[in-house]
Amino acid sequence: MKKILTYILLILLVCTGLAAASHKLAATQGATSGKVLNLANWGDYIDPALVKKFEKQSGYHVNVETFDSNEAMYTKVKQGGTSYDLTVPSEYMVQKMAQDKLLIPLDKQRLHGLGNYGHYYMNKTFDPGNKYSLPYFWGTLGIIYNDKFIKPGSVDHWDDLWNPKYKDSIMLIDSARDIMGMGLVSLGKSMNTTDAPTLDAAKAKLDAMSGNVKAVVADEIKMYMENNEAPLAVDWSGEASEMLAENKHLHYVVPSEGSNLWFDNLVIPRTAKHFDAIYAFLNFMTEPKNAAQNAEYVGYATPNDAARKMLPASIRNDRQFYPNETTMKHLQVYENLDPTVVGKYNDLFLEFKMFKH
Amino acid sequence: MRKKVNTAFYVPYGLWLLLFVIAPMLLIVYQSFFNINHQFTLANYATYFQSGTYLTMTFNSVWYAFVITVVTLLISYPAAYILHYMKHKQLWLLLIILPTWINLLLKAYAFIGIFGRDGGLNNFLGWFGIAPKQLLFTDAAFIFVAAYIEIPFMILPIFNGIEELDEGLVNASRDLGASPWQTFIHVTLPLTMSGVKSGVQAVFIPSLSLFMITRLIGGNRVITLGTAIEEHFLTTMNWGMGSTIGVVLIVTMFVIMFLTGERNKRRVKGGKHHA
Repeated sequence: MKKILTYILLILLVCTGLAAASHKLAATQGATSGKVLNLANWGDYIDPALVKKFEKQSGYHVNVETFDSNEAMYTKVKQGGTSYDLTVPSEYMVQKMAQDKLLIPLDKQRLHGLGNYGHYYMNKTFDPGNKYSLPYFWGTLGIIYNDKFIKPGSVDHWDDLWNPKYKDSIMLIDSARDIMGMGLVSLGKSMNTTDAPTLDAAKAKLDAMSGNVKAVVADEIKMYMENNEAPLAVDWSGEASEMLAENKHLHYVVPSEGSNLWFDNLVIPRTAKHFDAIYAFLNFMTEPKNAAQNAEYVGYATPNDAARKMLPASIRNDRQFYPNETTMKHLQVYENLDPTVVGKYNDLFLEFKMFKH
Repeated sequence: MRKKVNTAFYVPYGLWLLLFVIAPMLLIVYQSFFNINHQFTLANYATYFQSGTYLTMTFNSVWYAFVITVVTLLISYPAAYILHYMKHKQLWLLLIILPTWINLLLKAYAFIGIFGRDGGLNNFLGWFGIAPKQLLFTDAAFIFVAAYIEIPFMILPIFNGIEELDEGLVNASRDLGASPWQTFIHVTLPLTMSGVKSGVQAVFIPSLSLFMITRLIGGNRVITLGTAIEEHFLTTMNWGMGSTIGVVLIVTMFVIMFLTGERNKRRVKGGKHHA
């Protein structure tokens, strides 16, 4: 017993010692001159080599903190215990944070090279005139199929997923907005529908495919698809690009009749303090060379057209991740809906998940 | 003096109870009276008891928990019984407890590997010429994994109950002409019933609110109240509704504790004496 206690104490001591040391290290690196930039980002969502390059070039030390959901980041910014200078919310969260006065408008005078961004990705409804945000990466919602089981070209549209021959074959992303949105688009309706009868109709349509659904899961889809566990999945392009990198049999399709167009955006939250560093970083990331390097590392589609031109042709012209004009025109951006409507989406989605024939 | 020390001993326990048992429960009850716009309302309860969705979900949760408990009990009782007559029972017991030291998530991921289309089990079936079967995301897989995880919690109390059993009573029953089966039904089983009851409590109650396994192994094709709570707190952000389900679960658990609890047992015993 005594021995065990000693060991436990020893482990605790070592841990506290290490934590204190690392804390001190971090503090001395940053706080010496106040030349820091606190970036809150999604995990593995920036090329570490770029961060090093920026630090060398500008002399600012970058502290990267990660979050794993928009909501978690929102709560942290709202409660104000953090000192984030920049953060990367998705489009609906930009709208919500702006509404809740949690964002500081961008000073366009201090930004260079805004012309690098393509017109498809600017001035969207979630942030008219890009008052608060610059697009960081963008993507779509689509269908991933495995050519071992599915003939290429046989699943190009949402309605193909309703085909009875795909019984028990489809994995869906566990996200009310996306799956309800898929039902809505397949009915030819807007993904931002708010009226109850249309939503009910979309849910009824989804129920009809319930027999084809193998599972409704989240991040695990990646692992399952890489292991050839299911022939079909509905997921985001970002996840898809990671799956495709692991399994050569996987392909990604964005249905041309419409889908979701999502954005992750750089914004300045209310907690920001180091404005010189912020604008230095925003301009650094807008530079085509850097944006291209980042896009190649992360594997998502860049909204920076000048950067896209610098990417290898195999990435630049990949129709899976940079869809053609017609498809692009049909893509819809999510708007931040009223909480009661969001509740309706969620309730219907829950009912759909429980539906079995 | 001594009395003072005794009361002092209760202080940490009392504080613990207050802070981590009573306060959270009150908070959950409090939360359950608010809608998504933070207005006071009873609508959450109305929704719960009127909507087919939640009632089906409740029924499903109770049903799955019941099946899981029965399966674990059927495996655990004989196991505990055999364990009692083993030579190195402490060692065997340790081997049964050992899996509980491993993180639940790791075990769930291991089962994904076993049940997968290219997994161990399907490969094994392949040797006999059986085509790959869909094993993951089925009710059977869900119940199997849940039972696997709960088994140690069922075996332990039953094992303790059997250990306490006076061997003399079993021998006496056999001497007086009862068959092994009769001895088991009329002597061993009733005397180990308290172990079975605490085992059932230890398994049934957590099974009601399983959520990680419903997603990983059940692929969210099995939706229990636990899944719904997770969903309401993490994705829907409808804490009121999530808390309401929580309150319903807490009440259900109290009812089950009451039904399988000690008090009930004593009453039954008393009745027998009179007869």
